[in-house]
Amino acid sequence: MELPRYHRLRGPYYRLEGRACPGCSRRFVPPRSVCPTCKSGGLRPFAFCGRATLYSWSHVLQPARGFASMAPYTVGMVRLEEGPLVSAQLADADGVELAVGMPLEMVTRKIRDADEHGYIVYGYKFRPLLMATRPRP
Amino acid sequence: MRDVSVIGVGQTPVGEHWDRSLRDLAVEAIAEARRDAGVDRVDALYVGNMLSGELAGQENVATLVADAAGLLPKEALKIEAACASGGAVLRAAYLAVACGAHDYVLAVGVEKMTDVLTDGVTAALALAADADYEAAHGITFAALNAILMRRYMHEHRASHEDFAPFSINAHRNAALNPCAMYRQPITLEDFIRSPIVADPINILDSAGISDGAAALLVCPASEARRARRPPVRITGSACATDTLGLAERTDPLVWQAVADSARLACGQAKLKPKDIDLFELHDAFTIVSVLSLEACGFADRGSALKLAAEGRIALEGDIPICTLGGLKGRGHPVGASGTYQLVETALQLRGEAGPAQVKGASIGMAQSVGGSGSVAITHILQV
Repeated sequence: MELPRYHRLRGPYYRLEGRACPGCSRRFVPPRSVCPTCKSGGLRPFAFCGRATLYSWSHVLQPARGFASMAPYTVGMVRLEEGPLVSAQLADADGVELAVGMPLEMVTRKIRDADEHGYIVYGYKFRPLLMATRPRP
Repeated sequence: MRDVSVIGVGQTPVGEHWDRSLRDLAVEAIAEARRDAGVDRVDALYVGNMLSGELAGQENVATLVADAAGLLPKEALKIEAACASGGAVLRAAYLAVACGAHDYVLAVGVEKMTDVLTDGVTAALALAADADYEAAHGITFAALNAILMRRYMHEHRASHEDFAPFSINAHRNAALNPCAMYRQPITLEDFIRSPIVADPINILDSAGISDGAAALLVCPASEARRARRPPVRITGSACATDTLGLAERTDPLVWQAVADSARLACGQAKLKPKDIDLFELHDAFTIVSVLSLEACGFADRGSALKLAAEGRIALEGDIPICTLGGLKGRGHPVGASGTYQLVETALQLRGEAGPAQVKGASIGMAQSVGGSGSVAITHILQV
């Protein structure tokens, strides 16, 4: 990934920073400039808490260029506590029996092989919520 | 707006054309479409293509094709809408003729994919997804569709095997198409044992990487009698869009752009889905066939698998799909696939589909989808 692009993405990638709509209170990550629901502009920065549940997932056996050393890896779509769905890699999922609806939390991890410039790109992934932080039944 | 007809069609066989370049393929399809029409005049050339820059190191591809096909100094433009580029290029030609800017316009879709190894093609195809929020995270196109498929299986208590009839139908029909890439019928056992790409999606859920070109010559319907072959009218042409990122939809299992483009095209043609005799849908993955049938109103939500299990999608069924193999059986040269669908629909309506002929077909719908349902282009053709 090109350095200026990576720099531009540091808010969402490291801290899951998105936007909130002042008109209808919808929240977005990736960040948007215009709310697709109420068409308001002037969306404000909004930091998501990082807790989520699993919507669906897949184990990728045929990776794209740049991800060979990580294959097979798991990707998924997760439902953030604040509402939106996000696509991301799942971390620490080896040997874990995944299930729709299981609780997850965000972690910041290396997300691809170093590219030809040698940059290591870090960003959000989601892992099964640790037992220690899981609410008691 | 003027009525527009397709007066000539041409296609190369789909396959791994090691000894032929992008320009060779496009020139062959164009020559065949012009021969088929028996009309020399061409006012403009539109080229549908998705990945020439990424896979062939060549942009400015419309000028390249116009030059190679001997069409200089005519207008030539590239039209790109990811895997829907082939539908988009006919829509551009249709609009140019309908509005009166041009009279005879060639729409050619061309893609050359097999020069590059699979990991490079996988990365290139992911360019249709959100670069920062899907592709950069290693989420391949197969993975996005796999996420949808698993969710669909969860919501509708379906098994992976339930998707097999789509692949079996595509291969059965491809065996009847001399231009198809995968002409061998497959069994349920083959489907179950096929290697996984991104689970639950396996090789036989997925349309294959391939090379090919297909072309259509269009003109005002009032002049279509000049052609050698029976003209086919374009009675509906519509494009609709949805969020680029799959996760940014209220419900990712509802393909709204697909629904909108089909509804708009049917509205223009004053038809309902039940009036359609055959549907060339965008079966890049089996789950896409399912979501498209449901979005277009051929099946209620959660019931497209039943439609396939009952054989209603077969050539002799009430809604035949992928009649000459579809993306899965004919092959999926991405930017050309939409033009193949349209050429095949025209052949069906002209009664020239050979052993794959849908009996009595007079209304056909062809739909190209780009990204994960983020752009959809639907055409209705009639004789």
